[in-house]
Amino acid sequence: MFRLDGKSALVTGASGGIGNAIAKALHAQGAEVILSGTREEALQALAGELGERAHVVTANLGDAESIAALAKTAEEVADGGIDILINNAGVTRDGLMMRMKDEDWEAVMNVNLTSGFRLSRALMRGMMKRRWGRIVGISSIVGATGNPGQANYAASKAGMVGFTKSLAQEVANRGITANVVAPGFIKTAMTDALDDAQHEKLLAAVPAGRLGTPEDIAASVVYLASEEAAYVTGATIHVNGGMAML
Amino acid sequence: MSDVAASVKKIVVEHLGVDEAKVVDSASFIDDLGADSLDTVELVMAFEEEFGVEIPDDAAEKILTVKDAISFIEESSK
Repeated sequence: MFRLDGKSALVTGASGGIGNAIAKALHAQGAEVILSGTREEALQALAGELGERAHVVTANLGDAESIAALAKTAEEVADGGIDILINNAGVTRDGLMMRMKDEDWEAVMNVNLTSGFRLSRALMRGMMKRRWGRIVGISSIVGATGNPGQANYAASKAGMVGFTKSLAQEVANRGITANVVAPGFIKTAMTDALDDAQHEKLLAAVPAGRLGTPEDIAASVVYLASEEAAYVTGATIHVNGGMAML
Repeated sequence: MSDVAASVKKIVVEHLGVDEAKVVDSASFIDDLGADSLDTVELVMAFEEEFGVEIPDDAAEKILTVKDAISFIEESSK
């Protein structure tokens, strides 16, 4: 089950921890993967590790032209077009809202939300023609619960849910699904930097008693990308160890 | 039939999967040919691609029948 042989997937933010795991998981299921991100070295290293069926296309997702170029190049590289789009790229510019600058708001919205809209719009056309497509957005628990210091980030992640639900309704009868995966606390460089006391406090909020792994997220993405998930659309899968049951 | 008309009808037949005989000048995409709103967007995009013209949204809204499409494309490619 959940094989992706013959499918091509574009993963944005593939140089990050979660993006990296998603790309590996899709590749392991047989998909051709196009790795996009800002850090070319990390992307090349990942492509080297994966071997065949892996390609690197760098892009600046804050920029409309760069996104258009990414969509075009990805479709050329993938030959048959992109079947699976994973809108994973995300940035943070944390700060209490009273002190948050317009630039911090805009930068986060542009990369986290607008880039997903632009890429989905560009790649939908091919999916519509082929009557098959999978669009998966990586949101966050914070999009549902809010988080002090992350008004911009939380808004962008909640926005992704609304945009995905609308898109899902528009294209459902074309064999295209659009869904969201919302991670909770995931073990990354950011959580590694916490001290023991902070770590303990964090874990107290998670019934599963551990942080999530990038692979926990990747597994949900593989499912949503698969043929077997054809009847799942407009959904949000919360992968958070029971931290918030929504 | 002009070249444009023939190409338009071919695109409509392909995209909507309807019988060629039904694709007459007066046929309405939605009422007669069973298109939904997404189909009409796809058709407009296919016309743009085929004829290298740009069909702005306000013009696209007025393209309701096969004849509307042919006239718009013939006008804009003059």
